[in-house]
Amino acid sequence: MDWMLPPAFSTFAPGIDRIYYVILVLTAVAFVIVEAGLLWFAIQYRARPGRKAHYTHGNVTAEIVWTAVPAVTVVILGIMSAPVWNRIKGRDSVPPDAVPVGVRGQQFEWQVTYPGADGQLGSDDDFTVRNQLHVVVNRPTVVRLTAEDVIHSFFVPAFRLKQDAVPGMEINVWFEPTQTGRYELACAELCGLGHYRMRAFVDVHTEEDYQRWLAEQTSNAAQ
Amino acid sequence: MTHAETGVMLPPVEAESGSGVYNEKLGMWVFLASEVMFFTALIGSYIILRFGNPLQWAAPGQILNVPITAINTFLLICSSVTMVKAFAAAQDDDQQWLRTWLLATTLIGATFVGVQVYEYLQLAHHGFLPSGYREGHELAEAAAQGGAYKGGPALPASIALYGATFFTMTGFHGFHVTMGVICLSFVTWKAFQGRYSATDHRGVEVIGLYWHFVDLVWIILFTIVYLI
Amino acid sequence: MATTAAPFDQATHHAHVDDRSFLRKYLFSTDHKIIGIQFLLMSLLFLALGGTLAMVMRWQLGYPGQAMPGGGILPETMAPGGILLPEFYIALVTMHGTFMVFFAIMPLLVGVFANFLIPLKIGAPDMAFPRINMASFWIAVPAGILMLAGFFVEGGHAGAGWTAYAPLSALPEMTGVSWGQQLWCLSLVILGLSSILGSMNYIATIINMRAPGMTWFRLPLSIWALFITSILVLLAIPILSGAAIMLLFDQVIGTHFFLPAEGGQPLLWQHLFWFFGHPEVYILILPAMGFVSDIIANGSRKPIFGYHSMVFAIIGIGFLGWVVWGHHMFQSGMNPTLGMTFMISTMFIAVPSAIKTFNWMGTMWRGSIQFHVPMLHAIAFVAMFVIGGLSGVFMAATPVDIYIHDTYFIVAHIHYVLFGGSLFALFGAITFWYPKMFGRLMNPFWGKVHFALTFVFYNLVFWPMHELGLKGHMRRIYDPSQYEFLQPLQPMNTFITVSAFLLFAVQIIFALNFILSWFFGAKAGRNPWNDTGLEWSTPSPAPHGNFERTPTVYHAPYEFSHPQVTEDFLPQDRQLEGQSRPAAAPAGH
Repeated sequence: MDWMLPPAFSTFAPGIDRIYYVILVLTAVAFVIVEAGLLWFAIQYRARPGRKAHYTHGNVTAEIVWTAVPAVTVVILGIMSAPVWNRIKGRDSVPPDAVPVGVRGQQFEWQVTYPGADGQLGSDDDFTVRNQLHVVVNRPTVVRLTAEDVIHSFFVPAFRLKQDAVPGMEINVWFEPTQTGRYELACAELCGLGHYRMRAFVDVHTEEDYQRWLAEQTSNAAQ
Repeated sequence: MTHAETGVMLPPVEAESGSGVYNEKLGMWVFLASEVMFFTALIGSYIILRFGNPLQWAAPGQILNVPITAINTFLLICSSVTMVKAFAAAQDDDQQWLRTWLLATTLIGATFVGVQVYEYLQLAHHGFLPSGYREGHELAEAAAQGGAYKGGPALPASIALYGATFFTMTGFHGFHVTMGVICLSFVTWKAFQGRYSATDHRGVEVIGLYWHFVDLVWIILFTIVYLI
Repeated sequence: MATTAAPFDQATHHAHVDDRSFLRKYLFSTDHKIIGIQFLLMSLLFLALGGTLAMVMRWQLGYPGQAMPGGGILPETMAPGGILLPEFYIALVTMHGTFMVFFAIMPLLVGVFANFLIPLKIGAPDMAFPRINMASFWIAVPAGILMLAGFFVEGGHAGAGWTAYAPLSALPEMTGVSWGQQLWCLSLVILGLSSILGSMNYIATIINMRAPGMTWFRLPLSIWALFITSILVLLAIPILSGAAIMLLFDQVIGTHFFLPAEGGQPLLWQHLFWFFGHPEVYILILPAMGFVSDIIANGSRKPIFGYHSMVFAIIGIGFLGWVVWGHHMFQSGMNPTLGMTFMISTMFIAVPSAIKTFNWMGTMWRGSIQFHVPMLHAIAFVAMFVIGGLSGVFMAATPVDIYIHDTYFIVAHIHYVLFGGSLFALFGAITFWYPKMFGRLMNPFWGKVHFALTFVFYNLVFWPMHELGLKGHMRRIYDPSQYEFLQPLQPMNTFITVSAFLLFAVQIIFALNFILSWFFGAKAGRNPWNDTGLEWSTPSPAPHGNFERTPTVYHAPYEFSHPQVTEDFLPQDRQLEGQSRPAAAPAGH
């Protein structure tokens, strides 16, 4: 059984993965203590002729220890997690220079709207593409996430990125990819019978390749 | 006047000290706690939806009939008073007044429901439904025209949330009052059969608790739904 | 209710000759034990159904797009040629969860054992309101029928998951389902009434009808757990009722509570559902923890380690369970600051469960452990529940949840606590209290075989799901092969499917053991497990009215291996020499 996370290619990933591995170690320790303890007690203290159980109702020191240790542990985990969460999801966390892209989830595809040459979403030179999100490597992009009909969820496993898309809400989702390539985008909230085939792609380009792609799109649109 | 409860109106005999009251009374209090949660879900949703969409509500009195409902509210409060009187009569073993006050409570309760039903029909006629405006009816037309309505500002473009929350909250309250009236009828009938005494009038006390609760919920609803 | 004839009075209402008709005795019984057994039979049927639905789901996941053996009997609308349609798959997903949570696990833990155990273990002749108790069962039955009916209506059964998120659940045009989703809502509202009436009964009975000497801190932990659970049921279920009614109104009368078109809020559904839903999952585990405490103390022949801490842990879990609901909604679009507050409360709720785990281990420590079938299940509970609890820590950390939310990691967690936890505890509890219910013992050999095989196959099914989730495998996905990053996981899905089929098949052993022992099992005496609870002072099966005389309680529960007695157990109602009737119990004992 493999507890390792698959590789990830965004600036979020190291923070998330670090917390994951810390939790993995802590829970593994707890796991071993409990399971080995249970096994050992079952063997060591099985009923045997002539042995009586030890009559006791408990031990206050033990109670204090095994209350305090888990409590302190979870507090530490919370303290570790808070800044990472804020950096990713905080309402003020979107970098001011992030390139905006509109992504609208609907049954059963993703409509991606690009701001066009003027860099502004909602202007006349916007264009929309189905199921393809093109971004530039090492540059932040902010997705203005909406949903047409029901709740979908924008999930890019390779970026450790997930955000529900809710009809009636516009939610900012930002990320910065760290490696070029093509990554899959999945829907991660049951949205109807086509939920399983809401597959799309995130294409991470170098700046030059992105400009080339953009030029193709705008010339196609002009034609 | 103090009344010493006796026999079955005390907690169970051969048991550890528990709540200090007999089973049926404890049971009703516990049940009422669940009713509080039910109305919390409805009222809480109303509060959230209203804060999120304040413009979707008409001003008080523009659509709902506050005067009639105020009288209805007063009636319901009176029925709580008659209920208290009925309980006191039971404690005093005054069968005559027990029957009278119970009958009064039941009839006032039924009147309350009747007025509410009438209100609903009026609202539907004017064009106010759980889904909002009723096409082709008075309110929808007035909203489309714009301009002041019944001494208040222009009606909102949509009152879907207003309709949904109003009818759900008052409707389920009305349902609870109706259940109460049915139970009250049963208790009143038993009183006429002479089945309650000073030593055992549990049914009277327990339905009384429920009835006061229903009244309390209405006072809250009337305030936050009709007056605000 | 009130009459001038002799009122309900515990002093006179004792075990007596039962001359009621068959109908009054077994069908429309007001006897809490019969009602408990009625719930048992109904719930076991729904458990089998829920499991069957899961097997069909697993077929599709293990062998995507292939015709299922025997699938030919399914109609064209579900599986033409035996190949499951996506809409049918989603109905299976929805109904597996719905039946298991509402019609199997919850009634097994509460409807069965709250009913059966409470009066017996507190020394009462029956519940405070026997007729309302009967009504509670007979209201649950039409709720179950309505929920089953959904399979037979046009459009098929509900298809929005057991969590029924709006707008998907509110708009028939989005799922292709109309009647099915409405029946789902209606059925749950009716079932909710049954649960609320039941919980009212359990709470009033525990508060008011404990036998003399049965003080609060002499209650067995199973009763404490059922008490706190009943309070959770009482207060949480009405929230679901309200929400389901609002959803039903959105579906049928044109309201917009959860529909953004007219200003409604999809997230409002989630808040309402999970405000109910989180206490619900503690409803699904607390009674199991209570049974496990009773059984581990019995199996170890030792008092429970840290009884008071255990009580406070139960209360703590019950209380904290109300303030963590947002952890189901971290990625929902809810204000991220709430994500932080809910993370903190969620992290804290791990602590009382940890306390309980260590106290169970402390009970086994220096015990004299007998590995009877209930004990095996109870130890397995601790071993499996801890895995489920630890996996929860990953989700509680909001950044990690970004990745694992709505993946099979969550599915692994759910099943480790609900199956590894609740269901193992139920197998143990059913076996343990079977003699008191039916007067016979379940066969111990086959009980051990069932335990061992279930334990192995269960882990083979659900342990790999952690890895599926870590690799990004989403939930409720009809065909994972659509995604390249999921294709390498197909062999693991097939492995899980095969293990699941074997797991399901093994349950036949339990079913046969249960049914055959009823008629042919070894007859049980009053106290086959040498236990200390009050129920073991009655004959097996316990008679109508329970006790010949109202018992008097002299001791704490779990007085095993008491130095002053030669046997290794001291029943709660056995007076020791020199002991007087309790006025007030000394601290703790």
